[in-house]
Amino acid sequence: MPSRFQQFGNDLFTGARSIDFVGRRRLWLGISAVLMVVCILVPIVGGGFNWGIDFRGGSQFEVSHTKSTNQNIAIAAVHDVKSDAVVQTTVVNGDGVRVTTDQLTTNQTKKVTQELADGYKVDEDDITSSYIGPAWGQDVSRKALQGLGVFLILAFIGMALYFRTWKMSLAAIITLFHDLIFTAGVYALTGFEITPATVIGFLTILGYSLYDTVVVFDKVRENTGEDKSRLSRTFGESVNLAVNQTLVRSINTAVIAALPVAGILFIGSFVLGAATLEDISLSLFVGILIGTYSSVFVAAPLYAWLRENEPEIAKHDRRVRSARAKAPVDAESAAVTR
Amino acid sequence: MAKSSPVRHASRSLIWLGVIIVALVAALAGGVLWGGATIAPKLGLDLQGGTEVILTPALEHGKHVTSDELDQAVSIIRQRVDASGVSEATVSTQGNDNIVVDVPGKLDEATRERIEASSKMELRPVLLAESPATTSFTGDDGKETPYPTPAPTLANTPTAKPTDASDLNYVTPYLEAEYESFDCSSLKNADTNVAPASKPLVTCDSDGTTKYLLGPVEVEGSHITDASAGTVTSSQGVSTGQWAVNLTFDKKGAAAFDKVSQRLYNYYEAAEEAGTSDARSQFAFVLDGKVLEAPQMQGVITGNTSQITGSFTQESAQALADQLKFGALPVSFKVQSSDTISATLGSTQLLSGMIAGAIGLLLVFIYTLFQYRTLGFVTIFSLVIAAALSYLSIAVLSWEMGYRLSLAGVAGLIVAIGFTADSFIVYFERIRDELRGGRELISAVEAGWKRARATIYAAKSTNLLSAIVLYFLAVGNVQGFAFTLGLTTIIDVIVVVMFTHPILRLLARTPFFASGHKLSGLDPSALGAVYRGAGQFRPPVAVSSAKLAGARKEAAKRQTIAERKAALQNAGGAGDGKDD
Repeated sequence: MPSRFQQFGNDLFTGARSIDFVGRRRLWLGISAVLMVVCILVPIVGGGFNWGIDFRGGSQFEVSHTKSTNQNIAIAAVHDVKSDAVVQTTVVNGDGVRVTTDQLTTNQTKKVTQELADGYKVDEDDITSSYIGPAWGQDVSRKALQGLGVFLILAFIGMALYFRTWKMSLAAIITLFHDLIFTAGVYALTGFEITPATVIGFLTILGYSLYDTVVVFDKVRENTGEDKSRLSRTFGESVNLAVNQTLVRSINTAVIAALPVAGILFIGSFVLGAATLEDISLSLFVGILIGTYSSVFVAAPLYAWLRENEPEIAKHDRRVRSARAKAPVDAESAAVTR
Repeated sequence: MAKSSPVRHASRSLIWLGVIIVALVAALAGGVLWGGATIAPKLGLDLQGGTEVILTPALEHGKHVTSDELDQAVSIIRQRVDASGVSEATVSTQGNDNIVVDVPGKLDEATRERIEASSKMELRPVLLAESPATTSFTGDDGKETPYPTPAPTLANTPTAKPTDASDLNYVTPYLEAEYESFDCSSLKNADTNVAPASKPLVTCDSDGTTKYLLGPVEVEGSHITDASAGTVTSSQGVSTGQWAVNLTFDKKGAAAFDKVSQRLYNYYEAAEEAGTSDARSQFAFVLDGKVLEAPQMQGVITGNTSQITGSFTQESAQALADQLKFGALPVSFKVQSSDTISATLGSTQLLSGMIAGAIGLLLVFIYTLFQYRTLGFVTIFSLVIAAALSYLSIAVLSWEMGYRLSLAGVAGLIVAIGFTADSFIVYFERIRDELRGGRELISAVEAGWKRARATIYAAKSTNLLSAIVLYFLAVGNVQGFAFTLGLTTIIDVIVVVMFTHPILRLLARTPFFASGHKLSGLDPSALGAVYRGAGQFRPPVAVSSAKLAGARKEAAKRQTIAERKAALQNAGGAGDGKDD
């Protein structure tokens, strides 16, 4: 007896049930376009991103396992050493205090560490300190951007060779930007700090987004290749069937990929505390969900749209439609276009 | 029953996989016994606690370090760190211009100074010197008047082309004004450490008592191959008790120094004869733009060794020798970032990473069992094998290549769970598709594999491509992340080809799966297999009833009591299924 989810999968495979991703592309692409505009506007209107210390430069201390999280202790500790320093404090994980301030010298850092240890009555080993020159974060990001550029070019060529059409590459890469912009928008909206770890997360999203799109496109390639000579489906319908047939895979993969990341996000950061993990996993979590969504709702409709007007495909579609007009009671195409 | 070819292939793959695992275990065990490897992979600083200092070159605008210079600097800094007795410190380059020094555990101040007092050594001839250094003169009115800062209108190009580095033609009116107004207390903020080598330089000694105007660089410090402290021996070979620093130059340095010493000695002799002194008989060892020592050239030095004498004590001679030896970096560096992670935070991060990973895996196990029933166990075993392979590879790599697992690397591993599981999902879904198309299981596995393989290879290549590009173009944490991502992608392909597919081939021949047991996850009736697509219906491919009966008997024999009960109930269920 098939479970409901399995039945759902069966119906998607046969086309008995079909979600019209391609036919209603105006709706899906429209939603995405609106999302994109919002994601671009949010940082402009809302005052941009919350850049972490790695991008701004400065000194940062993290006191862990403290009994008191009174922030005045931290401010006093820093001001004792450098009276005009700007001090920001955040309570992390309930029993830790993160202190961010101006760039301090090695000596000053040492003194502040001692003062913090005295003030919070913890061992000096419970305090971590970092000094970051303002160029550090930029340096990492600049290299990451270079990497991104090279990767995009190589991926574009690689996909074009594998799929034998550059339009799939184009659709996949537009989708990738869609995912990156969306994730960046989430960061701007929630005000989460952008650290080098976040950048790593972004880079993984791009890997995941393309990966997921390739899996869906591979099925599209298979279906559209097989259907070329047949008159049962238009090009758009073939693409749509492929997306529906891989939908169960998409859902399963998204859940399985998101579960461990959710594990890091909730257990790692909220219960035990590890800032780096939190930074990576938030961007990953958002990225995996949006990456899966976009392969189905953006990449496939976009691809169908890009190719539909090619003379050969348009001709094929016209023939399919005229054949269908002659035999209007075709169970399957009725199901597909339902 | 004669073994069919797919079965033989499958067994062979599994044996090869076993061989790979045994080889990795043996390599690691051998490493642990004889090669100083550890069973657990080495951890990065963010997981183990320690200090990471990132140094970036201080250069004149628009200049870049060459990779030779960077390598040289790394080896010198490594010597310095090793000399301080810190074990397990790593010094490496990052990107095209940074140097990363990782020191596990607590970093003591002396070692930190050794690292950060990075330095560029230059040998410049002295043009002018003044001790004590002043910045003012007694004016006509009898009052102390500070020298004005040089007016930009003053000439700054020599009137005659200087013939050598000691040529006073270098001293232009502008430079003279700059020299006179230079305040030694501002030395720290002056950019003397990035001064161009081909131009004269105004600077002071490190305690700020003497002010110098120096000629262009004549010998780069990197030509000093060795320096040691010792006492001067007289011509009879008896120690005079006077401390000196002995220098050894390489061939190029020796030739250059030979020439300089000849010229400076001439100034010395001329001054001696005239009964005066000439600053130009001095040459300055300039470390990071500060004059370390500026001894007089009291003899012509030939050959590749030379001796500097002065008012040295044993300590100061030793210190100078150390600085000359270890301080001879080709460029000077400044601290770009310094990050200290306490050991407690490091272990907390590791623990939370591991707990998060474990919980993530557990959730994946539950979900996959729910989705794929018994087939889910194939996923779980595949993931376990992938995890074992990843662990072994990382342990071996950390021993062989000095790879250190960082927090970003752990995140990469956790994310890899999803990517790896996806290969199985793609494969299983393809098999299900084939079953739905009406194939029987054995051929569905083969046909599904053929299609899944193409998809898996294409998708994994994308992953591998991104990992490789990131690894070679990115820095630091990003690199660690890319490394684990690339490694797990390769392992993932190995596991799906050498374990998951062979196992499914074998399982497809077991009665439990072949009969499409309800709990097998590959139940054709649950998959709606009768639907053929394109409007055609056809029954599932007929298995001869004799074979089926044999299979049932075989299955019944192997069933546990619980399974038999389940099968009884199932028999009722199967009847219902036919009516669908």
